[in-house]
Amino acid sequence: MSQVINSLLVLLVLTGFTLLGSSRLAACIRAVGFQGLLLGLLAILMQDGKLSAAGVLLPLTTAVVKGILLPWLLFRAMREADTVREVEPLITYNVSIIAGTAALALTLWLGQRLQLPSEPPSSLLVPAALFTSLAGIIVIVSRRKALTQVLGYLALENGIYAFGTTVALRLPVLVELGILLDVFVGVFVMGIAIFHISREFDHIDTDKLVALSDVG
Amino acid sequence: MIELLILIPAGAGILAFFVASDQSRRVLLISAALGQSALSIATWIVPPGPAFGGWLAEDPLGRLIETLTSVLFLAVAFYAVAYLREEARQLHSDFEEGFIFSNAREASFTGCLLLFLAAMTLVAVSQHFALLWVAIEATTLASAPLIYFHRHHRSLEATWKYLLICSVGIALALLGVFFLAVAATSPDGSTIALMVRDLRSNAQHFNAPWLKAAFVLLLVGYGTKMGLAPFHTWLPDAHSEAPSVASALLSGALLNCAFLGILRAHEICVAGGLAGFSDRLLLVFGLLSMAVAAVFISGQTDYKRMLAYSSVEHMGILAVGVGLGGAAVFGAMLHVINHSLTKAMLFLVAGNLLAVYRTKNTDGVAGALSVAPVSGGLWLLGLFAITGSPPFGPFLSEFTILKAALDQGETLVAVAYLAILAVILAAMATPALAMAQGTPPEQVAPAHPKSKALSVVPSILGIAILVMGIYIPPVLTRALREASHLLG
Repeated sequence: MSQVINSLLVLLVLTGFTLLGSSRLAACIRAVGFQGLLLGLLAILMQDGKLSAAGVLLPLTTAVVKGILLPWLLFRAMREADTVREVEPLITYNVSIIAGTAALALTLWLGQRLQLPSEPPSSLLVPAALFTSLAGIIVIVSRRKALTQVLGYLALENGIYAFGTTVALRLPVLVELGILLDVFVGVFVMGIAIFHISREFDHIDTDKLVALSDVG
Repeated sequence: MIELLILIPAGAGILAFFVASDQSRRVLLISAALGQSALSIATWIVPPGPAFGGWLAEDPLGRLIETLTSVLFLAVAFYAVAYLREEARQLHSDFEEGFIFSNAREASFTGCLLLFLAAMTLVAVSQHFALLWVAIEATTLASAPLIYFHRHHRSLEATWKYLLICSVGIALALLGVFFLAVAATSPDGSTIALMVRDLRSNAQHFNAPWLKAAFVLLLVGYGTKMGLAPFHTWLPDAHSEAPSVASALLSGALLNCAFLGILRAHEICVAGGLAGFSDRLLLVFGLLSMAVAAVFISGQTDYKRMLAYSSVEHMGILAVGVGLGGAAVFGAMLHVINHSLTKAMLFLVAGNLLAVYRTKNTDGVAGALSVAPVSGGLWLLGLFAITGSPPFGPFLSEFTILKAALDQGETLVAVAYLAILAVILAAMATPALAMAQGTPPEQVAPAHPKSKALSVVPSILGIAILVMGIYIPPVLTRALREASHLLG
């Protein structure tokens, strides 16, 4: 079982690099959607065979929302905004990848240092989760498009969810659904905002959103 | 009973989206606000039992924030009805750039207002850390459409920044909640539910490094929402571009709810013997927020932005008060009330001035006392109150914090605190006086607010600020003492 979990975690790290290195918006949306599917699978496998109805249904719901529903919403937002389907980073892809590698090294080191009270199912779990979050943060600060920033936010959230799978099994079902609902509505509202931005500005580049500032 | 506090505004909010008649929707808004605030005042007489297995319960701290939110919302609701009536025209021309824009549908604005109240109430009565997180994120989602009421590019920019920055911040707070769960797990694998009460009574056995990391993440996450520097960057934009009704609620009610999130984490640290650690962090971020606010208030030419930075300053004061501990915590709790009342009033008055002068620039406003006597007078009163002049409420609470700092021998903190307050007083008094006095610009005709509520509501808040500076009811003193008792 731990072999499977480890390979899924490696895939999770790879989707993070796809997000950092891909120039195509569609590929980035797919990468984040794939993360959602991986998370659902991981959450089921982590339970060590002691499966309950809630223990399966909840990860499945997560997988459907994060892996299918949200990517579908984002694809729709991309078409409605009729945007150039390039990511348009503020830094080059090479720099993004290098930053990602540094983030991976940092999280691997952190994973060695952090002592969880009970042994996690895989020693890769904490580094992979934190790396996914860091990749999300790098994307948020280094990309021009509002849509890409939403993808970064989702990756951040996915990484935190992955970390949560070590402890979240003990969270009540209702709360987990609440968290999922918040993320879903959040992305939905952001999608509406993107639609308005594209109509108002004829583009969705957030570096043009500079009318409000007190510095310079 | 606690469920009703949330269900009334939530139900009315959903209903508001579907009510077609403006008139009946406004009646709905007022009656929901009246019902909910009556209920929350009733909880002071008949304390409600916990609901949903203790997940929702009112402790002294939560009750204080909940009641303050309800009462403030009621005041703002009366103002909002009058404001929406004035704004009901189809198209508006922009004050700053002259283009034509329309407003969002009134139905969605009213609906979001009520859902916003429901989410804030849920924050105040949540006793479970993950539920608290869900509620705080819900406040972001319900309030974002309020900022985008005037449909133009500046408000859209403000809404986007608010959504993204706060969502990212709050995502970090979720990581903090998970860290807290790790800290609460004992080596044999047994764990504690994330209920405030259970965590508090077991906090001594928690894993200290994880608890510290959890506190840092919760402070950064909820601090973003609360407007602590350097995570405050969304705040001035959102407060200045939102309609005054929404700004008043954001500053007066929402920031307190985010503060409550930090206080809950601080409670656990205090119980776990890590008070020294969380105190220092709160003190540093508090003073930093005050200093950053002082820099941006000096020379600020947009009076709504000036009020927004003043909120950053006061959130800093709250953090400093709690960070100092002891008697200063009582001062901070009192300051929560004083700041909310004063800042809500100021934003509402700013809305009136904006309607008369059609500019947010301080230079464009002069002679407010003669053009709009009530608003001009309240503006002057409010600005002196918020900068800590006697005899108003904020003076009393700021002084309590200062005195506690001196009593504890924290001279350096006291000096920095006082110096920053002095700079801000000087920076805000000049535009305040210039706006109130002098000769009004020629094109501005003396205007009486068309609806009485637009001046009556801020006047009532103004009287409350004055009363709070002179007399604090014993029942309130007792409640403040109970609330601050939890925080060391």
